[in-house]
Amino acid sequence: MRAKRKLANVYLIVIFVILYAPIFYLMYYSFNSGGSMHDFKGFTLEWYKEVFHDTRLFIIVLNTLVIALLSAAISTILGVIGALAIQMLRKRQVKNSLLTLNNVLIVSPDVIIGASFLILFTIMGIKLGFISVLLSHIAFSVPIVVIMVLPKLQEMSPTLVDAARDLGANRWQVLSKVVLPFITPGIFAGFFMALTYSLDDFAVTFFVTGNGFSTLSVEIYSRARQGISLSINALSTLIFLFTIMLVVGYYFVNKKTGKSNGMGVRGR
Amino acid sequence: MQSRTRNIYLIPYVLWIVLFVIAPIVLVVYYSFFDIEGHFTLLNYKKFFTPVYLRMTLSSFWYAFLITVFCLLLAYPTALLLTKTKHKQLWLLLIILPTWVNLLLKAYAFLGIFGAFGPANALLETLGIGQKQLLFTDFSFVFTSVYIFIPFMILPIFNSLEELSPSFVDAARDLGASPWTTFRRVIFPLTLDGVKSGCQAVFIPALSLFMLARLIAGNRVITLGTAIEEHFLVTQDWGMGSTIAVFLIIAMAIIMILTGSRR
Amino acid sequence: MKQLVRVFATIFIVAFGLMFLAARLNMTEGYSGNNTLTIYNWGDYIDPDLIKQFEKETGIKVIYQTFDSNEAMMTKISQGGTTFDVAVPSEYMISKMKEEHLLIPIDHSKLPNLKYIDPRFMDLSFDPNNKYSIPYFWGTVGIAYNSSMLGGKKITNWNDLWDKDLRNQILLVDGAREVMGMGLNSLHYSLNDTNEAHLQEAKKKLASLTPNVKAIIGDEIKILLANREAAVGVVWSGEAAEMISENKELNYVIPKEGSNLWFDNMVIPKTAKNIDGAHQFINFMLDPKHAAQNAEYIGYSTPNKKALDYLPKNIANDKRFYPDPETTKKLEVYENLGKSMLAHYNELFLEFKMHRK
Repeated sequence: MRAKRKLANVYLIVIFVILYAPIFYLMYYSFNSGGSMHDFKGFTLEWYKEVFHDTRLFIIVLNTLVIALLSAAISTILGVIGALAIQMLRKRQVKNSLLTLNNVLIVSPDVIIGASFLILFTIMGIKLGFISVLLSHIAFSVPIVVIMVLPKLQEMSPTLVDAARDLGANRWQVLSKVVLPFITPGIFAGFFMALTYSLDDFAVTFFVTGNGFSTLSVEIYSRARQGISLSINALSTLIFLFTIMLVVGYYFVNKKTGKSNGMGVRGR
Repeated sequence: MQSRTRNIYLIPYVLWIVLFVIAPIVLVVYYSFFDIEGHFTLLNYKKFFTPVYLRMTLSSFWYAFLITVFCLLLAYPTALLLTKTKHKQLWLLLIILPTWVNLLLKAYAFLGIFGAFGPANALLETLGIGQKQLLFTDFSFVFTSVYIFIPFMILPIFNSLEELSPSFVDAARDLGASPWTTFRRVIFPLTLDGVKSGCQAVFIPALSLFMLARLIAGNRVITLGTAIEEHFLVTQDWGMGSTIAVFLIIAMAIIMILTGSRR
Repeated sequence: MKQLVRVFATIFIVAFGLMFLAARLNMTEGYSGNNTLTIYNWGDYIDPDLIKQFEKETGIKVIYQTFDSNEAMMTKISQGGTTFDVAVPSEYMISKMKEEHLLIPIDHSKLPNLKYIDPRFMDLSFDPNNKYSIPYFWGTVGIAYNSSMLGGKKITNWNDLWDKDLRNQILLVDGAREVMGMGLNSLHYSLNDTNEAHLQEAKKKLASLTPNVKAIIGDEIKILLANREAAVGVVWSGEAAEMISENKELNYVIPKEGSNLWFDNMVIPKTAKNIDGAHQFINFMLDPKHAAQNAEYIGYSTPNKKALDYLPKNIANDKRFYPDPETTKKLEVYENLGKSMLAHYNELFLEFKMHRK
């Protein structure tokens, strides 16, 4: 039994090492005085200095965060509503076709999404910039939230809702007291996925941005022609360490105060 | 009357579907009937059934399939073992965290890691296998894709495992089932929904990868995404690009129906 | 439920706080003022110090946005919705943009520095009298190679690439015109050839190159070659200049059979708001000192004759990057072949990419 436990740990460690390998690789070279991601010439903090002097880069980081948080939050709300709607449908055919429509944006290549959104915004007369980027991020994050929430809804036994009804709960009460608490883990999972999609997206943003508005991935792409500048590595290192600290700190603070781990994907 | 007020909260979602799903689909289908000079034509569809595009479709499906299988094989045990750790929520978050580092940056890191003088080759060297060409091979492409997609597979599986009531497992054990039988007969079937949504979240976008196909596979792997990108951005043959997109959407619909839940 | 509401309320508050901070920063940095100039250029295609200097001299705040292909740039400009005051398309795109009325004529009287441009590069077929465009950089397509990795072997023409010793050693740039042009040139056809038999012949010839091709990628070729990942690359001249500055073993050659000559040009798109500022900027970049500084930073060749005096001798006299008229005579500029032909080129290129070893 113990040997098994050990094997399990080794497996997990290997997975984690692989997941973090490229990130440590990036971090390692952020201290390279050689100026590129090969040939470690010597230790330097020059790239970090450069990051702190670049206000434009800081604005872009803020933009990226704002877009990610807002789009993830709004698309989570939309997605939960969507999942509830799909779940409510009785006919399997209608349900499946709605689900297919829902997933169109996940399958469509970014380029198509970007191009068609660009046309759409032009038709609607929306100026390219913050609003157009936010709208498109919301748009492509909604389906992943639905996908994350739907299995939770399906797991919920109908008797739970019926019982609540029998006890005299109205629709709103059923929703807020029974359904939502039950699917909370799915909601958080969806939120995190949406956040991930938004932070990761490059192609769609590239199409719909304009008027000086830029996000980190677009900026990185445009600086990539030279081989990525190491100040981007430095910036990523800083952001990454900050996030890790935030996540771990939040987790343990929550643990201590005995509250449920709200940031956790489960919590109730 | 009651049903009308009941459905009022659906408006935002329906609005989203109409604006950002149906409108783009209509646009894409509309464009697919025009050739590059702007004349109405069905030639694009005929062209899709030529060997070039059919082979491309086949290879896209093959690689997406490989990526999904490897993701599943690696993700399921990870999720299962994670549920048994002490701080499982924390570990799960730490699995998701790497996805927040920009994809392009990670791709560049892999470019270095798999390079002729990178750490991967250094490892092979010390293991006595010797230097190999890793970059621009099927291996590096599938590896990097699995790397990118695996969190999207782990998360839904983890969630469904968490929902699994331990009493089922205990019951099976009490009835004398071996761990393997318990897994095969109880745990796996009950987490099938998570597996399905994980597979959907990986397979479908994997069909149209193009950035990694270029950076990591050096265009030795050509997917439908590569062709679409080229038609939209380079030749500006939006008709042909849209036609491929229509087929992708149809493929996705078929996948969704096949894996659709029976409940 | 309460927990959900609390978490989401926090998220919204944090997001709006950050938004406010970003807006404040934008204001203090001057990005949201009226006196701005938006430049739409290739990624990393200008010396950032020059932008700072321009801002200081004129008081105009520059917003620098980038594109990664001529087509992406044109799509954005033709869709409107955003203001670009200066853009830098390649020559074949200028004739397209002219056709679609996307350009504003340039007022030469506002550009006193225009006289420094080499007459060789003025009044070219894609824009007679430079009515809409002013040359920014020019260059060639050629072969960069690492002679020490090839055991001292020299490469002088396209057909050298088909050498069996180069197995799995070649990196190609991901461009249909470039690669098809290479195929056509290696057969001594024009790279603007539209004869179907010639094109098929070129495709066949390219297919036989497949065993030698390691990858078909973009700007990363620069890193990979400098890193000794491969020995040979088909690249643009400026990229080669940069690689050579990083790795002295590398060399660049314009193939004997002929190759492509290209120009990137500054234009004022019809979306421009600050037309006066755009002229100021173009004139600023035409100043020989600035042009020289930019050319040294980017590595491409400047069309500014006077700027050559300010460049270090070893750059200005480098025949590889400033080829003599004898060599340039053999080079061809891409003609606008029309949409259908371009699509056909791409189709053939796609088939080449799919050809398996």
